[in-house]
Amino acid sequence: MRRFLYALLALILVGGVGIWAVTRPSPLPADALAGLNGDPGRGARVFWAGGCASCHAAPEAVGDERLKLGGGLRLSSPFGTFVAPNISPDPENGIGGWSALDLANAMQRGLSPDGRHYYPAFPYTAYANASLQDIVDLKAFLDTLPPVATPSQSHEIGFPFNIRRLIGGWKVLNADKGFVLSTPADVQIARGRYLAEALGHCGECHTPRGPLGGLRRDAWLAGAPLPTGKGRTPNITPGGLDWSATDIAYYLETGFTPQFDSAGGEMASVVANMAHLPAEDRAAIAAYLKAVPAIE
Amino acid sequence: MSMSSKIMAGALGLSVFAGAAIGASHGAPSDDQIKSAIKGRQAIMQLYAYNIGTLAAMAKGEREYDAAAAKAAADNLAAVNGLKMDGVWLPGSGTASAKNTRALPAIWESGSDIGKRAAALTEAIAGLQAAAGTDLAALRGAIGPVGKACGACHEDFRQSDD
Repeated sequence: MRRFLYALLALILVGGVGIWAVTRPSPLPADALAGLNGDPGRGARVFWAGGCASCHAAPEAVGDERLKLGGGLRLSSPFGTFVAPNISPDPENGIGGWSALDLANAMQRGLSPDGRHYYPAFPYTAYANASLQDIVDLKAFLDTLPPVATPSQSHEIGFPFNIRRLIGGWKVLNADKGFVLSTPADVQIARGRYLAEALGHCGECHTPRGPLGGLRRDAWLAGAPLPTGKGRTPNITPGGLDWSATDIAYYLETGFTPQFDSAGGEMASVVANMAHLPAEDRAAIAAYLKAVPAIE
Repeated sequence: MSMSSKIMAGALGLSVFAGAAIGASHGAPSDDQIKSAIKGRQAIMQLYAYNIGTLAAMAKGEREYDAAAAKAAADNLAAVNGLKMDGVWLPGSGTASAKNTRALPAIWESGSDIGKRAAALTEAIAGLQAAAGTDLAALRGAIGPVGKACGACHEDFRQSDD
């Protein structure tokens, strides 16, 4: 009996150390950005492709107001409500005090400057595939935007999901998986894959999630229930979307469907971002959507 | 139409009118009033869509650019936008209490900035009217703001597809 207790104790100890080890934050090396210089002009393209304004601008902002990134949008989920933080260059309430490496750790590793895990409501499993050059450019662009003095609000997350260390375990299961579509030979489709999977994070809404909130890569872009409850996002694989590539690109530019209905809901905000991109980027996303595996 | 059916139709029209007036004075619209308001605004949306269709087909290169047809379609959008039919946005005809509509109750909430967004659509359509008959590049440039104005309302005031 005593032997059994010792064994159990050892098991708990090993398990504990194991959990402690796998949930440990692992930031980028300190010299990860050596030799990279940020260009705000290129960063603007990253900003609009990444959809930052959709969550970090004030919820009803339009036009230039979408460049004021004071946060405040509430994202409800089965785990609680996440409130988008202030990422304006305000040194006190925003991320004005961040280095480019801090932003790279946030986007690629899901880590705050003080080494805590972010909740994956911030789509770092997608941004992990963003290039470090793009992140450095994005930081240069963010630094040109107007500071907003609104403090970030706390997330409303209950036990046990409020234990941030547990997110480390979630990351082991769901982060750093790389691209879903295997590397395409076509340059345009490759660009589209980068825009849709890494920056645009289309899968966050259009791919169904498993019980722990991880994206089901076997059902990539096949449509999913809206986290807000009523309704679903559509299947945008060739199995669900029969629009031509021209129709898709035009929709991303203007919001008009081939039936000349217009985009609504969250997608209206996505279109407002995509409209800022050069036409070849929208065409690349369209080519990518034509190339992903069809799911009926 | 015979005389008696004309009278009937007239009487029916009058009673509908009276019903509308009574409904309005009591602040509680009837089911029929709500139904006809919803149909009315959906018809307006169809008119927008039809004319946008003409313009977008040219912008996408699916139809050859035709200055006269483009100008006519833009003028139509302006005419539809100018219809004095605020009655189709009857309070109580949103998703909270009516069927066959995706209009969210937020439209009628106090402090809703729907008026501001409607004004943005009028402005974008005026821009399109000025540009549509000039050339294809001008048309392409001016249709984007119209799409943006459509989306600005549909984002917050229309229920997402299910």
